[in-house]
Amino acid sequence: MSATTTSMAADRFLGAPLVATGGPEWLRELRGEGARRFAATGLPTPRLEAWKFTDLRGLGRLSFSPAQDAIDIQAVAVGRGLLLDIDGPRLMFIDGRFCAALSRLENLPAGVEMMPLSALLANEPGRARALLGEGLADDGQPMVALNAAGLEEGAVIRIGRGTRVEKPLVVVCIGGASAEATASRPRHRIEVEDGAEVSILEHHAGPVAATAFMNQVTDISVGAGATVRHGVLQDAAGGAYDLSTVRVRVGRDAVYESFTFAVGARLFRNDARVRLQGKGASCRVSGAYLLRGEQHCDNATVIEHEQPNTTSREVFKGVVDGRARGIFQGRIVVHPGADKTDGHQMSKAILLSSEATANAKPELEIFADDVKCSHGATVGELDRSAMFYLRSRGIPEARARGLLVEAFIAEALEEISDERLRDVFVARAARWYEEVPS
Amino acid sequence: MTSLLDIRGLRVAVDGKQILAGIDLRVEAGEVHAIMGPNGSGKSTLAYVLAGREGYEPTGGEVLYRGKNLFDMSPEERAAEGVFLAFQYPVEIPGVPNNTFLKEAVNAVRRYRGEDELDAMQFIKLMRVKIKELGIKDDMLKRAVNVGFSGGEKKRNEVLQMAVLEPRLAILDETDSGLDIDALKAVADGVNALRSAERGMLMITHYQRLLDYIVPDHVHVLAGGRIVRSGDKNLARELEKTGYAEFTGAAA
Repeated sequence: MSATTTSMAADRFLGAPLVATGGPEWLRELRGEGARRFAATGLPTPRLEAWKFTDLRGLGRLSFSPAQDAIDIQAVAVGRGLLLDIDGPRLMFIDGRFCAALSRLENLPAGVEMMPLSALLANEPGRARALLGEGLADDGQPMVALNAAGLEEGAVIRIGRGTRVEKPLVVVCIGGASAEATASRPRHRIEVEDGAEVSILEHHAGPVAATAFMNQVTDISVGAGATVRHGVLQDAAGGAYDLSTVRVRVGRDAVYESFTFAVGARLFRNDARVRLQGKGASCRVSGAYLLRGEQHCDNATVIEHEQPNTTSREVFKGVVDGRARGIFQGRIVVHPGADKTDGHQMSKAILLSSEATANAKPELEIFADDVKCSHGATVGELDRSAMFYLRSRGIPEARARGLLVEAFIAEALEEISDERLRDVFVARAARWYEEVPS
Repeated sequence: MTSLLDIRGLRVAVDGKQILAGIDLRVEAGEVHAIMGPNGSGKSTLAYVLAGREGYEPTGGEVLYRGKNLFDMSPEERAAEGVFLAFQYPVEIPGVPNNTFLKEAVNAVRRYRGEDELDAMQFIKLMRVKIKELGIKDDMLKRAVNVGFSGGEKKRNEVLQMAVLEPRLAILDETDSGLDIDALKAVADGVNALRSAERGMLMITHYQRLLDYIVPDHVHVLAGGRIVRSGDKNLARELEKTGYAEFTGAAA
């Protein structure tokens, strides 16, 4: 029975209108390869260990309309309404299509390239092929294979050697700008060359009531001695299924820092795979989630320590209300020879309702010596004596809860070193706290 | 005339166990009452039930606060109506700055009373005056609520909250516990400064020591969940000599 369901779902995701067409021969072949791999597995099911907490049957039942070829006026209006108040260059995609009107690509700083993938494909197909070809190995991940089957658009960013980029670069993906349910599969490719430094903010957004399927893959390479600060604001539509994969390769003495802040989407899967490939490479992969209603947020991280003296630190904190569910799965793999690895992960969740759920699953696989790895996880409720103390001073119950939730999440937000990114999350969090139902 | 606080035949159970077995007590505006008694006599239970703590459920009798049924009100409503409990063990709240907490509390109470909220400047001005009066250091406002505070600082912070919220009925639960003599004096000065004809106070204490600094109008002895004796300030001195043995024996 389930095999039939799977193949039906696979057919639906691979049939017209969702498969990209056109483009050069090599690109069509890449898509075909992605489609074949996805067809073999279908959507992941909880029987796969990495997906044990997430059931995609709801997504499998949806059917989608094609995104419009041209971005219409209404979609632009929707996009404008969702823009963050943050200065700097911006790439905007609406239902998977590049929107020039809401992008800001003029006057890019020296050493910065930033463009839609479609432009690179049209103008420099050879370079596009080199850039995409290497990133197509899907590591057996069905969602990466499906993304490849629809490959046509996304952000291409290159930061030249030694360039320090002043302002954060913003990549916005809006899902569900039209009345029909839409699917989009952006593929972002970010290359940060040796010694460069940049902050990048990805914003996943959508109108409150929209239904959308967002299947994104972001490939990032961090050159030797470079620093990348990567923020993700998940604020997608309430009917959105956002299955995103971030794959990062970190070079010698380089730093990759990410923070994924999730308040949106019906279902959000944050797959983050960071490979520490150079000696002395380090990463901080953190996040926070604020969930209510029927929301589901699954953070699945894999950190690969491939070289000696590499460090990783993960801090995830979540607040779960209603019937929502928050998940942190953290795998740390220390490869043979990756001695003096230092890995630390922490997951803390607070449940605001008796029907809310939080899960944490740490996994350590250590094949080297002289390694320091630690993990911790807690799930609890708000401190009752603190609640009483606040209320006994006249602070209404809902506000008291808001203050405690805010304090809890603030600790995770401290992990972000770029305060411009942090400010975006703090502001969004403040709106969520105000919405906390009494 | 309605009393500030009128406790009639109050019985309270905690975890199914009877702790208060019928308390009668009236506090008028302008009066300071001390409740003394041995450990386990129900002193803190009385404080918590008046403030509305979860798990302290009245099983009989009633409490009228300015003529209204106190048990119809949530803890925040009681606070806004002017009931204030100074905690024996003030709660630490990591991540919430003391300043933020105090401003939230002041403005919540002002909103309830139909007054305009204080803006940031007005609040800072108010705090400057109050911390100066109480001899509190500025940095105590910036730190997280009670986190890393010494015993004396925690109690001073309670008095600061009381001074800022200007309650009609202040209940002080073992405010002297864990204080050295200097801290005790400072806290007592703060409390005495708040004594007024409009304000009633209920001081809960095990030791007579506090009453040398905050002199009560009435003293009651609580034992076995009942008030077994009442008198004036001299009763406290008497207890200092005789101890509670006589009452614990009687209550057993």
